[in-house]
Amino acid sequence: MSPMLHLINKSPFERTALDSCLRLAKPGSSILLIEDGVYAALGKAAHAGKIAGRMEDFSFYVLGPDVAARGLSDAALIEGIAVVDYAGFVDLVAEHHVTQSWL
Amino acid sequence: MEEYDESGPEVVKRFMYVNRRAPYGTIYALECLEVVLVAAAFDQDISVVFMDDGVYQLKKNQDTTGIGMKNFSKTFGALEDYGVEKIYVEKESLDARGLSAGDLVIPVEVLAAVDLSEIMARQDVVISS
Amino acid sequence: MAYEYNGATIEADEEGYITDISLWSPALATLIAESENIEMDDDHWEVVNFLRNYYEEYQIAPAVRVLTKAIKKTLGPDKGSSLYLYQLFPHGPAKQACKIAGLPNPTGCI
Repeated sequence: MSPMLHLINKSPFERTALDSCLRLAKPGSSILLIEDGVYAALGKAAHAGKIAGRMEDFSFYVLGPDVAARGLSDAALIEGIAVVDYAGFVDLVAEHHVTQSWL
Repeated sequence: MEEYDESGPEVVKRFMYVNRRAPYGTIYALECLEVVLVAAAFDQDISVVFMDDGVYQLKKNQDTTGIGMKNFSKTFGALEDYGVEKIYVEKESLDARGLSAGDLVIPVEVLAAVDLSEIMARQDVVISS
Repeated sequence: MAYEYNGATIEADEEGYITDISLWSPALATLIAESENIEMDDDHWEVVNFLRNYYEEYQIAPAVRVLTKAIKKTLGPDKGSSLYLYQLFPHGPAKQACKIAGLPNPTGCI
């Protein structure tokens, strides 16, 4: 069973998508934060521990253009999250056999 | 010819617009800003609140070139020209996101929920998005 | 509708506002002004350039009362008056000047 790619596009303050994903995704999976999902990657925000505490279980990625659009700098992100561009997004989808969007 | 009357209408109501959504993931934030700019023409008592993810609308350094959308964070700077001067941000929402007034594109009044609650209770109309 | 300019077709909406702001040029502005029966002089350009700067800074085409107020603040009360602006742009300073400046329909005009 190859690892899945999980997509989160909702803010962790508004929706439970990230919580549910972290609860149900198999360790070894990849999690890509896009659109309003990128707010979960902020190191200083209240819920930062949710991701920071799971760095060993998952590979976390964040979509760079969505980070820049929201005025967040790469330096403000939780350490260990990889920033990808649209081409990197496509590569991640190609590398995983299944992509699940947590809408 | 459009002329405007400085004296304003006789009955002024208090309108509060409450922004609770992040800027680009949905259309709510941009739509609410447009509504405020149109409403500003009616010479009412307008206030605008940013709370919950709405505080992210005011985050400095937004650069939308990569996502192909209009960077409307610049438009908040025009609120003063439109006569909208009561801009409140809930402190609890800023704190939860690791932000402070210095991270925002315009000067605002940062209020604790308990104080914002008082102002909200005095409104004639509250529109939330 | 559309403007024919330099062998190219510049798309515009039904009221004549160009749909792609990046295609604007001073020469196109002169052409749009002609279709509005306005001959551009330095005073017209001052307002058009003011609008373009305002849009660049705030990403918005200001309503007429806002434009008047903003011009008053930077160019003085003589130019920041409805009378002066309507003399330059008889069908409405915000509407006609914005169109010539290549901006969208002003926000908050009623």
